[in-house]
Amino acid sequence: MALVELRNVSKIYQLGGEEIRALDDVSLDIESGEFISIIGPSGSGKSTLMHILGCLDSPSKGTICLDGVMIQDASARQLAAIRNRKIGFVFQFFNLLPKLNVTQNVELPMIYSGIGSAERKKRALAALESVDLVNRAKHRPSQLSGGQQQRVAIARALVNDPKIIFADEPTGNLDSHTGDAILTLFRRLSQSGRTIVLVTHDPEIAAVTPRRIEIRDGKIAVKVDLTLAGLAGGRRNPDGAEPPKPA
Amino acid sequence: MPLFNTIIVGLKEVWTHKFRSFLTMLGIILGVASLVGMSAIIKGMENGMKEAMVAMGGADKVLLEQQDVPVEQEHLADQAPGRTMADVQALKQTAPLLRVISPEMGVNNVLLTRGEKTAMPSECVGVWPAVVEMNMHTLEHGRFFTEIDEEQASPVCVIGTGIRDELFGSPEQVGREIVPVGEIIEINSQPFTIVGMFERYEGERDKKERELAKLKPREELAGPSRQRGWGGKGNWAFQRKNMTIYMPLNTAWIRFRAAGDKDGIPDPRLSDIDLKVEDLGELESALQQARNVLMLTHRGIEDFGFRTQENQLESINQQIRNARMSGGVIAAISLLVGGIGIMNIMLASINERIREIGICKAVGATGLSVFTQVLIESMVIATLGAVLGVVASFGFVRILDMVMPTANSPVITPGAMLIAVAFSIGVGIVAGLFPAFKAARLHPIQALRYE
Ligand SMILES: Nc1ncnc2c1ncn2[C@@H]1O[C@H](COP(=O)(O)OP(=O)(O)OP(=O)(O)O)[C@@H](O)[C@H]1O
Ligand SMILES: [Mg+2]
Repeated sequence: MALVELRNVSKIYQLGGEEIRALDDVSLDIESGEFISIIGPSGSGKSTLMHILGCLDSPSKGTICLDGVMIQDASARQLAAIRNRKIGFVFQFFNLLPKLNVTQNVELPMIYSGIGSAERKKRALAALESVDLVNRAKHRPSQLSGGQQQRVAIARALVNDPKIIFADEPTGNLDSHTGDAILTLFRRLSQSGRTIVLVTHDPEIAAVTPRRIEIRDGKIAVKVDLTLAGLAGGRRNPDGAEPPKPA
Repeated sequence: MPLFNTIIVGLKEVWTHKFRSFLTMLGIILGVASLVGMSAIIKGMENGMKEAMVAMGGADKVLLEQQDVPVEQEHLADQAPGRTMADVQALKQTAPLLRVISPEMGVNNVLLTRGEKTAMPSECVGVWPAVVEMNMHTLEHGRFFTEIDEEQASPVCVIGTGIRDELFGSPEQVGREIVPVGEIIEINSQPFTIVGMFERYEGERDKKERELAKLKPREELAGPSRQRGWGGKGNWAFQRKNMTIYMPLNTAWIRFRAAGDKDGIPDPRLSDIDLKVEDLGELESALQQARNVLMLTHRGIEDFGFRTQENQLESINQQIRNARMSGGVIAAISLLVGGIGIMNIMLASINERIREIGICKAVGATGLSVFTQVLIESMVIATLGAVLGVVASFGFVRILDMVMPTANSPVITPGAMLIAVAFSIGVGIVAGLFPAFKAARLHPIQALRYE
């Protein structure tokens, strides 16, 4: 069974009398360990898809099975728990809490899963180490560069050891050099066995991922599966190394 | 999210917006300060009233009062005998449940003179020695009246220190305590010898102040003496008691009453008969006994009534309850206003943190944890406000005491503080409920997209 199974999912917004199909009958499987990009022009429904996959939003129609649990009808409380334990998000605008320092930002998901303070510190530090930011642990987000902030966000996404990481335009607010560094980081994570879904409108960025899903007007247009062509970086793990458990 | 953490986060939030939070708290601070201050003032009043009651003779004193005859006896009204010595003798002989019976015959419009100095006593009455126990007097100098004084209607009197102060000078003015026993003063031009003087009656606080003043160097005392008149400092009940002058009952009768009143007919009526019962527990039956006796001496005309200190106490308590009620309502309103302020600021605060709430929800915050977070923040504001309010109330009471000194200094009670703090925390919770609910219900996506 796939890690994520999306079946005939639609998201329909009613605006006035008009019906906007942000997602229209989408079916999709994501296997554990995959590195996927979702690509498409602006307004095509990429973010909507990602939000539904990431349990931030519920579909109007269709079913989703995440890690063996059907979530289309889950309560807000259950969705929060799933987001907390199984999912990590990285956003275009970093979305760090400005009043907390770097460590506290990384600790945030663990606070909601009720982990003790000593354990939190340890795991936050390990996560920061994996994004190479230990020396900035006490800084405020406003004291960091965009690339550094995004790395903090990635550390936060990793810290609860999620099943899957969603990144919505993670390089959209960065210059190309810094963006490349972030992509390299994702590739490294993928190589160590993480499941990552990358949302982007940039084909060049999508090119780093072995599998690409293109969305147009809320529908999946083309599926390009390069894994069979052996170009994969992420799906298999040649060294057999375990994913870094920040614990 | 553990409670402790939530409180810390709440405190931080308050600290980041120090000024704003302080302004918000101000409502609560003022509310708590006024509640605690108000109840302190009322407590002081209560103490003063209780002190006054003791000054007036204690809780077991019963006043036999003159009363209008009941409606069905109206045709007998002009035959009503009033309270006379006949009643006193009858009660003494046939009402064993009464312990002390103290008749008083007042002399009206009295002016005391000694040389150039004059004084107006609060009361000038002819009494039996029973009055000392009845009104809880303590004779400090000299003696009280004897049987012989009574028998011979001797021109002797016992005075309170207030009269001494006015006719001979107070210790504060003179610098030493004058004991005028043996001196002669005039009561409405009749010479009387002072045979005794009571102690100085005063409240706890005045006593302390006076003793403190004694320790201070002389030159301070040499300044203008503090006005201790009716409007000034000091409990009126004590002032009144200090301005008492007593003479033997017979003296009052023979030298003032019998000598002819305005229209020349001697008035044998007493101005007061005070009773003390053997046992307060048997007050009812004692009064019934007294009533039976008096019905006889009054030939069945019920022109008298009893006023117990219980009634007095009840009316004091009623006054205190009223004061508490109105004080409480005012304080509650100001706390309510404080609560509205908190709600307002919490709404503003969550509005500017919608994105943050979205982020927290994205990483796994449940509605409940957002809810408690906001609620605790609002409680933190209220609690801090309450604590500052309690501190402020001490200052408030101080200032009040300086601006409007009264004999009954306000007393801050722990009970009032507890109630005020608990109430404001309650207000904080109620004020936080709606903003907390609003924050908890935010949809994560809408919150994240909020600009
Ligand atoms: N709350 C909403 N109400 C109405 N329509 C919405 C809402 N949210 C999204 N949409 C619509 O759904 C469609 C898909 O939006 P979505 O944000 O998924 O696009 P996107 O592919 O992420 O675009 P971009 O690359 O610009 O981020 C758009 O047409 C958008 O207008
Ligand atoms: Mg988008």
